[in-house]
Amino acid sequence: MLRVDISKQLGEFSIEAAFASEGRVTGLFGASGAGKTSLINMIAGLLQPDRGSIAIDTEMLDDTNARVHVPAHRRRIGYVFQDARLFPHLDVRQNLDYGRRMNRLAEDPAQQARVTDLLDIGRLLDRRPGQLSGGERQRVALGRALLAQPRLLLLDEPLGSLDEERKEEILPYLVRLRDEANIPMVYVSHDADEMRQLATQVVMLKRGRVTAFGGAEVLPD
Amino acid sequence: MFELSPTEWTAIQLSLRVAVVATLIATPLGIAIAWLLARRDFWGKSVVDAVIHLPLVLPPVVTGYLLLLTFGRRGLVGAWLADHLGIVFAFRWTGAALACGIMSFPLLVRPIRLSIEAIDRRLEQAAGTLGAAPWQVFATVTLPLALPGVLAGMVLGFAKAIGEFGATITFVSNIPGETQTISSAIYSLIQTPDGDTAALRLVLVSILIAMGALVASEWFARRATKRLHGN
Repeated sequence: MLRVDISKQLGEFSIEAAFASEGRVTGLFGASGAGKTSLINMIAGLLQPDRGSIAIDTEMLDDTNARVHVPAHRRRIGYVFQDARLFPHLDVRQNLDYGRRMNRLAEDPAQQARVTDLLDIGRLLDRRPGQLSGGERQRVALGRALLAQPRLLLLDEPLGSLDEERKEEILPYLVRLRDEANIPMVYVSHDADEMRQLATQVVMLKRGRVTAFGGAEVLPD
Repeated sequence: MFELSPTEWTAIQLSLRVAVVATLIATPLGIAIAWLLARRDFWGKSVVDAVIHLPLVLPPVVTGYLLLLTFGRRGLVGAWLADHLGIVFAFRWTGAALACGIMSFPLLVRPIRLSIEAIDRRLEQAAGTLGAAPWQVFATVTLPLALPGVLAGMVLGFAKAIGEFGATITFVSNIPGETQTISSAIYSLIQTPDGDTAALRLVLVSILIAMGALVASEWFARRATKRLHGN
């Protein structure tokens, strides 16, 4: 259960959003500039709300009244960025292993094999990010986030920088992830089709405000 | 003609020791300062920046004299260090290392700072979301990505340290075997009637060392870039 009730002023632009979602995939839907990325940056702990609270289940991650702000690295929230952000000095294997090392988790070859199989990245392990295609990079970024064993996974337009063909290539992996990985996700997109294929609940965002909340039926045609 | 005398050998060894020690001690400090200047805003930041660059613009003899006043046997810091820790800088090779370290510091810091500023901060954010605490982000992302800059800074600093003359001779004088570096040995030799050949030999040696440092830095930089982009 993810509960968000925050406000944040960003220059001229303000975000005031409240919603609670129990869906496996919560879709954050809205045009570019609606505040989607700022909102999930706050969930990730990269941006601090001016007022309000963010909680997962019973744990407060942000609560301005109680002066609680859990830093990003202690939230155990995975984040897949639109631009992948793989570490250029590490190969794919080391990128995938990064979260495990930082969190001092025990090695788990079975889990690693599951994730590399799920995302079909086994043959990329020895390559550097510079030698990957956009779609491959995005799949590695997904694997890297999953292997840090997050309790929530944020995906910020992970298909945004890909062409139509590549999108069709990645989308099935995301559906598989939803159905097999057992991690709740927040999926950000401005693409209604993507939302329909992935989201189990939708939060509609317009100019920093939540305008609708519900199932896929709230999406525009 | 190419036979080095024991005095000349001593000067070369001393120069290398002074420059290596100065660079190795200044590097961690330089990385810390470069990171602070690149990544943090704090009160007095421009003052820190100016103080670091001061040795670059002050006459070296001024820096040397200030060192003598501060770290000399009767200087405020020098007296305390000598009495409490037994560390003496005045007229010792350690003093030469201190002078060289300070003189080369701005050259060491600058490339490191630039390379830290050039790192995409979004990579550091990504590391944070993967569970890396700030010091881990620094150790596993920032520092490795800044490595070419660190090596460039070290080589520049080393080259400056090995050639430093004014501040060193002012602070620790020109004592053969203790503080006489290649530069001060050359200076002494060209003041001596028959010193020309010996001076020329040391000039050749310093050219060789400088060239070696430049080639090494190129090699390191190319390897580091290759490592970073992995092609």
